[in-house]
Amino acid sequence: MEKGKGVMGSRKWAVDFTDNSSTASTRDIPDPPGFTRASLDQDDSSLSRQKKDAESNWKSQKAWEVAQAPFKNLLMMGFMMWMAGNTVHLFSIGITFSALWQPLSALQGVGKVFEPYKDNKVDLLAPKLLYIALNLGGMLLGVWKLNTLGLLPTHASDWVSSLPPAHEVEFSGGGVALN
Amino acid sequence: MAMAIRLSILLLFFLSSLIPTFSLFEDQVGFMDWHQRYIGKVKHAVFHTQKAGRKRVVVSTEENVIASLDLRRGEIFWRHVLGANDVIDKVDIALGKYVITLSSEGSILRAWNLPDGQMVWESFLSGSKSFKALLTVPSNLKVDLDSPIFVYSGASLHAISSIDGEYLWKKDFATEGSTDVHQLILPGGSDILHVVGVSDSSQFDAYEIDFKSGGLLKHLSASFPGGMNGEILPISGDRFVVLDALRSALVLITIKNGHIHLEQTYVSDLIHGSSGNTVILPSMLSGIFSLRTDNCIVFVKVTNEGKLNVMEKVDKSVVVSDALPLSEGEQAFALVQHGDSKIELSVRLVHDMSSNHLKETVKMDHERGFVDKIFINNYVRTDRSHGFRALIVMEDHSLLLLQQGEIVWTRDDGLASVIDVTTSELPVEKVGVSVAKVEHSLFEWLKGHMLKLKGTLMLATPEETVAIQKIKLQNSEKSKMTRDHNGFRRLLILLTRAGKLYALHTGDGRVVWSTLLQSLRTTSQQQCAGLKLHQWQIPHHHALDNNPSVLVIGRCGLSLTSLSALSTVDAYTGKELQSTSPAKHSTVQVISLPFRDSIEQQLHLLIDADKRAHLYPPTPEAVHIFQRESENVYWYSVESEAGILRGYGVKKTHSSNMPNDYCFETRNLWSVVFPSESEKIIATVTRKPNEVVHTQAKVIADEDVMYKYISKNMVFVATVSPKASGPIGSATPDESVLVVYLIDTVTGRILHRMTHLGSQGPVHAVLSENWVVYHYFNLRAHRYEMSVIEIYDQSRAENKDVLKLIVGKHNLTAPVSSYSRPEVTTKSQSYFFTHSVKAISVTSTAKGITSKHLLIGTIGDQVLALDKRFVDPRRSLNPTQAEKEEGLLPLTDALPVIPQSYVTHAFKVEGLRGIETVPAKLESTSLVFAYGVDLFYTRIAPSRTYDSLTEDFNYALLLLTIVALVVAIFVTWVLSERKDLQEKWR
Repeated sequence: MEKGKGVMGSRKWAVDFTDNSSTASTRDIPDPPGFTRASLDQDDSSLSRQKKDAESNWKSQKAWEVAQAPFKNLLMMGFMMWMAGNTVHLFSIGITFSALWQPLSALQGVGKVFEPYKDNKVDLLAPKLLYIALNLGGMLLGVWKLNTLGLLPTHASDWVSSLPPAHEVEFSGGGVALN
Repeated sequence: MAMAIRLSILLLFFLSSLIPTFSLFEDQVGFMDWHQRYIGKVKHAVFHTQKAGRKRVVVSTEENVIASLDLRRGEIFWRHVLGANDVIDKVDIALGKYVITLSSEGSILRAWNLPDGQMVWESFLSGSKSFKALLTVPSNLKVDLDSPIFVYSGASLHAISSIDGEYLWKKDFATEGSTDVHQLILPGGSDILHVVGVSDSSQFDAYEIDFKSGGLLKHLSASFPGGMNGEILPISGDRFVVLDALRSALVLITIKNGHIHLEQTYVSDLIHGSSGNTVILPSMLSGIFSLRTDNCIVFVKVTNEGKLNVMEKVDKSVVVSDALPLSEGEQAFALVQHGDSKIELSVRLVHDMSSNHLKETVKMDHERGFVDKIFINNYVRTDRSHGFRALIVMEDHSLLLLQQGEIVWTRDDGLASVIDVTTSELPVEKVGVSVAKVEHSLFEWLKGHMLKLKGTLMLATPEETVAIQKIKLQNSEKSKMTRDHNGFRRLLILLTRAGKLYALHTGDGRVVWSTLLQSLRTTSQQQCAGLKLHQWQIPHHHALDNNPSVLVIGRCGLSLTSLSALSTVDAYTGKELQSTSPAKHSTVQVISLPFRDSIEQQLHLLIDADKRAHLYPPTPEAVHIFQRESENVYWYSVESEAGILRGYGVKKTHSSNMPNDYCFETRNLWSVVFPSESEKIIATVTRKPNEVVHTQAKVIADEDVMYKYISKNMVFVATVSPKASGPIGSATPDESVLVVYLIDTVTGRILHRMTHLGSQGPVHAVLSENWVVYHYFNLRAHRYEMSVIEIYDQSRAENKDVLKLIVGKHNLTAPVSSYSRPEVTTKSQSYFFTHSVKAISVTSTAKGITSKHLLIGTIGDQVLALDKRFVDPRRSLNPTQAEKEEGLLPLTDALPVIPQSYVTHAFKVEGLRGIETVPAKLESTSLVFAYGVDLFYTRIAPSRTYDSLTEDFNYALLLLTIVALVVAIFVTWVLSERKDLQEKWR
């Protein structure tokens, strides 16, 4: 138990090698001779600017790519729907509902999808709009498919089939005389 | 190629799943159906007691059944139901092994093998039909190894060989002064057949005929100026008795030495204080005859000198049997006297009338009424004395066997003549069941399911399999006397021709109660008969304290104008709650109005012969309800003879000449007159008043909508040209025309008229929702046909705007009036059908959602279920893809008869007359009751039981699976927890 406690206990000491804070006051040890912290900082900043530019370019490019990704999906969905045919059975219903569900879930997670490409300099609005538009297109495709399967109440028959017969005002009875 | 095969397999699969069949497995028979065999009211019985072997009695009945019954238990050995027109006149046993029947007014003679009932031979006797037919089967007469049977029918005497039914000779009496033959007598020991009869209603004729050749040996005749009435009754070989034309005197006829002596005795001299209405009873007793007068039955002995001596007077209700020859020339007969809830049977010897040979008192159920007929038979006891058994036919047509003062068996054969059927719900189950009962039933339940499980897993031994079958059949659930959730348990209430009301449980077909209705009992003053059965009170929520009741409408008398008899009967107990016999008016029509009073009594209009409407129940409240609605109440009458349909309205106000406040005047509003020279009404059909229709729209291919014309006020009328109203073959195709009409009964408007050239009846039809299906004979094609007419409302066809429908801007649910004259359009189609039909009906379900099946009673006395989709007028030869998806079948010229779709499967409902369908509470299921001489009940699900599990569903297996799954979930959860922990340690 003693031993275990020692292992599980807090650390006795630690060295932070990654400390690169520029303020001298926080450091106990003076810089080595010939080392100027200022120049290093300057160099760093110009380099990082370049780097950042490249990164934002890359990010916007990626964002556009991501935004266009549903298009491929759309094509594949279209192909699958065509394959499934127009009769109501398990396969066609499964495909149709996945076609409806996928864009819906994608639209729910729009923020998440574009999270990695979030940057002050990158304008994400346009790719986002494209992404949303394409997903809506996919959804429309699903709805259209649903309609072709006859599952949407767009016909008169869908609304009148549950109507009870009209009440008759008159009542008449009788027939052949009893014998 | 592979694609094509796959497609066709797919299509086959689809088709097979689309057309449901009712094929059941062998072990499912009797699971939800029952079948009961009856014979009807016995007319005549012949005992046959072989020395060895099974004892049996051969009976012929008023339902034209010839049957052999077991004398020990009353079971049917064999039975034949002859056609409705083949009335059995006489029955006898020949040669000790053949049952001989004479039927169809003496024109058909048949011999049936006694042990198994197979027909041995059949002979058609030529000659005109007569109402009187005589059959004599001599017991010990041999002519060249053959024993002839003598039949008198159609004014001629036939001798027929009893071995093969060949003609031996024929003697025509039409040439002999047109004598109406009354009796054939074979005196023992001679080869002369005596034939006695009456010609010109006043001349007595006696013939002596050589029975070997048929040659006339002697003809004697004597005329009696007073005329003769009724039958000549033989007293002995040379003595006869007959009533004179005024029924006031008896004529004793004696043939002696070739001369006829006639002697007249006045009845009033014999029996003091008797007036007319005297009848000689046809009981054949040697030396004695019996007379029935207004108030008593008298036995009269004829002495050797020709004197008439009154021997005994008994009460009028006494029933006398025929004489039964005992050994050494002794004869016995039986008398039955009805006492209070018991009957007294006494057997007397003819030679010793003074004392009873045997007297027994038997307790008798009050509900069986009086004794109607008695047949006696003797047997020799071990001490060589004679024992007697009596077969008794009661007023309710039931058959009983009495022996040694006890009722050995009874048969409720009144159920063979059901007139009308209705149903009643059972009482609601009372809450609060004892714990012991639950435990017991739980144990039984578990045991049963263990057995079933074993059966499913094929582990059951043969004994256990039998036990499983027994559990299935004796499912106590199905014969409980309480209402069930699915509405399968009901009471079938049957009105029989005898005026008896029976309640049968649908679970097992047992008789729950039976009541001989006092108001319908035939008395000497009036002859009453039941006509109709209506639901009178159907208690719902707020009147549940009352029991449901039914209204029985009868008539006391034979004409339409005779007074009616009404009574209401409690449907749970069978007690007659109220009865008026006779009521103050006649009844020719009964109209069940769609209104109820505060205690849920259904309002009824009874139309009398003077076309006045009597409101029932006769209460001020009912009058109030009726007067509020009376301007919309109409009635119509179909006068088949005159060929006229008349519609009437009911006047709201009373006129001064009405007998009471509950009687209303009616006025004629319209008439449809069919030209009598070209059309004769042969069939009318209306919709069932309690039918429920779920929707008014019919969705057809491509999501299109057609609006059905659903009206309860529609009548289907079929007429044929008068020449073609006879049987098939009586008219040529050119002169027979079948015309069908759909007529609105409120306005008299003819909605549709269609002509079938070269077709004729009989027409059987069924009208349901917006369609009518009817069956007739096509003379040109020499085949039966079935046609369908569907009627659609064109005035609603405009309602197709989806948006308007969504927001509810339509008039589809607004009340409609027949006076608005909606435009209608019809579709129709005809198909060949293999069978001729006895009855057509259609399934009915609680909400009307389930698809319908036609129930066709075929000529083979079976019930065939035919999917309504086969009789859809929109069928075409090559349906489009969309139509196929809709379920429309390709058109075929004939309707298929699928053997598996016989709902009666292996049974026959002999003499099928009607098929009644009642909706169960479960939407998918319809209860079917078919009646004729037999009764059959089953329940069918036209679209299969989509809303419930089948009865043989293995709940135990389901439970076991669920438990196993739960256990598995727990085990895997524990295992995964442990594994997770180990992962964390790593």
